[in-house]
Amino acid sequence: MTDYSKYKSFPVHPSEITPEHVYLNRRAFMKTAAVVGAGVFLAACGTEAASPASPTAPADLTTGSQTDELGDPLNTYEQITNYNNYYEYSLGKEDVAQSSQDLKTSPWDVQVYGLVNKPQTFALEDLLSQFTQEERIYRLRCVEGWSMVIPWMGFPLSALLEAVEPTSDARYVRFETLLDPEQMPKQSSSLWPWPYQEGLRLDEAMNNLTLLATGLYGKPLPPQNGAPIRLVVPWKYGFKSLKAIVKIELVPDEPETFWTTVAPNEYGFYANVNPDVAHPRWSQASERRIGELGRRETMMFNGYGDEVATLYENMDLSVHY
Amino acid sequence: MKRKNKWLEPAGLLRIAAHTLGWGLLAWLVWSFFDDPINPIQATIQRSGYYALVFLVLSLTATPLNTWFGFRPALKVRRTLGLFAFMFAGVHFLTFSVIDYGLDWNLLRGAIFEKPYILLGLTALTILLALAITSFKWWMKSMGKNWQRLHRLVYLAAPLVVIHYSWSIKGDVLRLQGDILEPLAFGLVVVLLLISRLPPIRRTAVGLRNRLALKMIQPKTRSTPPIEKPHP
Repeated sequence: MTDYSKYKSFPVHPSEITPEHVYLNRRAFMKTAAVVGAGVFLAACGTEAASPASPTAPADLTTGSQTDELGDPLNTYEQITNYNNYYEYSLGKEDVAQSSQDLKTSPWDVQVYGLVNKPQTFALEDLLSQFTQEERIYRLRCVEGWSMVIPWMGFPLSALLEAVEPTSDARYVRFETLLDPEQMPKQSSSLWPWPYQEGLRLDEAMNNLTLLATGLYGKPLPPQNGAPIRLVVPWKYGFKSLKAIVKIELVPDEPETFWTTVAPNEYGFYANVNPDVAHPRWSQASERRIGELGRRETMMFNGYGDEVATLYENMDLSVHY
Repeated sequence: MKRKNKWLEPAGLLRIAAHTLGWGLLAWLVWSFFDDPINPIQATIQRSGYYALVFLVLSLTATPLNTWFGFRPALKVRRTLGLFAFMFAGVHFLTFSVIDYGLDWNLLRGAIFEKPYILLGLTALTILLALAITSFKWWMKSMGKNWQRLHRLVYLAAPLVVIHYSWSIKGDVLRLQGDILEPLAFGLVVVLLLISRLPPIRRTAVGLRNRLALKMIQPKTRSTPPIEKPHP
């Protein structure tokens, strides 16, 4: 059994505080989201709007803090939006920003169904207005061995789940990314089990850290980062945090996921960041923070042990990797 | 008749092409490292490894081109191609160990010994290092028969590199899932190149070619068969 007391404790979590200017910025954020949505809609009606050669950063990026709670600086908007794993578009992380630009994110519905008392299909605008959007600065650790610090905007998944009232049989949550090979060209390849699916145990999904992200640096999410809405589970490897969500289903059993289907012996359902459990092929003991040369040691649960270690108290994490 | 400029002969042209490709890719690698990509270390490690594999496969192509098709100039670039494979493998390893891991032995030890993935690549690199050091004429002469024995290790290095590569991608070659097309293609090419060297198969190829040549050039007199050098 892992002794979690050896992992550091981090007292104040920024998720508990929404800085005032970020809070005030919510209105601006939602307005932009609406404008961007309308723009996409017009473009779909035949306006020839050439996408920029390289997506440029909006001028008025906002964030409540320049660092995460450990004092490490945020990654830049440039880095966050130009280095993306999004196999629906490309296997090249630096190609995704370009190839995903035309994703149509409005109208966008998220269907929440399954073992719930109040199944409901939410329009994106409803999710933005019904749930308080707040900033969460999280570390993102990719299973490939790199990491970033990212100021997301969004709301806790728990708030959405409470609204639909899971029944007592619901034990897991299954998520699904948009399936649309016309927009996402790599979905035509039969080498991959599309659509991208992910899952969480219900208590993981209800944890306050688990976020449905809708924005980045106070701006709506760009397509390459999972627009218009994505999952962010900061104590798990990045592949758990799926993008462009269209379905959220409450289910009784552990769902199949994209990566457990591709290579079950390499990517587990839990996928908790864990320096002591190596990927079957490479060590996970260290990582490269994007923007830094050299490596830093990977933290248990990506540094979120205080919030999540209790979820796994009676589990052998080398078995449930 | 005046002797032609040797650089315009096939062997010379091949040599120019090999050097242009090798040095050009190295320049491109260095340039893109400083051209501010988001994750220059990962990009450099992946690209240099890929180039090393490409040159290794090209160097393995030289001998069959001669034995099967009688294209002797290929033998003249074989060493150059092999040395470029070693050069990129060296860049690959140095980027990994020096720039990425900062020669931090604690981290490196885990990375190398925790899983066979890197150990496999390291074994291949060690082989290429030995072959590169002994690639000079002096070694060839002083080692005699052992030189050829040593250099046959490239038949081991190539599959090791392909497995190392297939382990670096996300997917499962055995289950035909994921990002597997390139590792499979390289694997197939390497297997074919190794099969083409198996003595019975090589002899059949040489025999076929000789008969063909005899028929076409001198149907009546016996010609000397093309020299078949016992090279790796």
